[in-house]
Amino acid sequence: MFYFENRQIVTPGELLAEGDYIAGSNTYKEGLKIYASRLGLVEYEERTVQVIALNSVYIPSPGDQVIGKIEDINVNGWTVDINSPYKGILRANDAFNKPFKQQRDNLANLLDVGDLILAKVVAFDRTIDPILTIREPGLGKITQGQIVRVSPAKVPRIIGRKASMINMIKRETECKIIVGRNGIVLVSGPSPENERLAILAIERIAQEAHTSGLTDRIAEMIKREKGVKA
Amino acid sequence: MSGKIRLIDENGLRVDGRKPNELRPIKMEVGVLSNADGSAYIEQGKSKILAAVYGPREVHPRHLALPDRALLRCRYHMAPFSVEERKSPAPSRREIELSKVIREALEPAVFLEKFPRTSIDVFIEVLQADGGTRCAGTTVAALALADAGIPMRDMVVACAAGKIDGVLVLDLNDIEDKEGEADLPVAYMPNLGLISLLQMDGTLTFEEFKQALNLAIEGCKQIYRLQKEALKAKYVAIKEEVEEACLQ
Repeated sequence: MFYFENRQIVTPGELLAEGDYIAGSNTYKEGLKIYASRLGLVEYEERTVQVIALNSVYIPSPGDQVIGKIEDINVNGWTVDINSPYKGILRANDAFNKPFKQQRDNLANLLDVGDLILAKVVAFDRTIDPILTIREPGLGKITQGQIVRVSPAKVPRIIGRKASMINMIKRETECKIIVGRNGIVLVSGPSPENERLAILAIERIAQEAHTSGLTDRIAEMIKREKGVKA
Repeated sequence: MSGKIRLIDENGLRVDGRKPNELRPIKMEVGVLSNADGSAYIEQGKSKILAAVYGPREVHPRHLALPDRALLRCRYHMAPFSVEERKSPAPSRREIELSKVIREALEPAVFLEKFPRTSIDVFIEVLQADGGTRCAGTTVAALALADAGIPMRDMVVACAAGKIDGVLVLDLNDIEDKEGEADLPVAYMPNLGLISLLQMDGTLTFEEFKQALNLAIEGCKQIYRLQKEALKAKYVAIKEEVEEACLQ
């Protein structure tokens, strides 16, 4: 038995469903009753009930691509601000191609405080801070582009189903866009005007994430903006 | 009986013209501060309160962090200009107590175990006080927590009931609280039907207590409806705007 319609806004504690269903993300189950635990949009599927959160913090998960800022240099690695309650740890052994020797290698030459990096989360659980890696093609220090910050809850919306949204923006604005799971987006394009358009689109998506027909509206907005300038 | 001031007139109405079981007019708004992770504002009669939530975030100082759950910290503070006579901005005994009481009213509602080694900080700033600030403070704090996207078992709503001039009344204001015979603040989780705060000041017979408790819970349920509306309003407004633009 469902108590709401699909994609309606629900508040924490509201009874979503009763019966033999599985409690998905942002919900919890007590007996046969499923309640919402976050403010968001309810989604009923055949067996599961879940809530798409409208706002949340970033909780790291292994495999996530994130954009972080070097916060501090330690004896054998860096601590990285990844826009999360937990700070990321990047080990020196991971960043150097040869074995890291303290006497020889200076960490600050490679990555200094304030540098931005594109990294991947390797390991995280309740007891340890997230371990990051930059040893994969495409990862590492970020040297150009602009940064946009959105709520981590909006990231799936920016990417869209099968990356439809992000591919559309990339195509229309000719920008390279890298979306960090932690809600930090890197935009770099052939001209400041292209970047401006992409940023405008991303901010609009974050603002209107809970409405339907968004991809079409954003495409229309970009075309209109381009027309004004041309 | 106080006798000095008549709190109920010959028509059975209270000092501000309310019926005994009537709430003060309530206005709530969510997302009023851009620098906080979540925020809310409430006006309940003449009481005006602002709440801000930060977190879950790293704990400072570090040694306070709990290995198995988040640390919920709460600060209830009254602005120096919130009362008739200037109040010293330093936290008073009463404010420290209310901070603790509100924290304990919110704690059972929040899934603290989902964010070990972090802190969730709640700041409740009373801009203008006219009674019932611990209740209104709890109500806005819960609203700000939900706005911050913190997972919760249920919302928390608080409302007081009491006895003035021998009559059981709902949602006391400052003068009724001071001159009346009893005050009974209740914080309630409306969907789960659980009470997370219950205090009493003054004297009530057991029968009166039961009635007053039921009255307060009914008040909580009314406020809860407004609270839900306020929480959704921020997003519904954007949705309607977009839909309207589509129709044109």
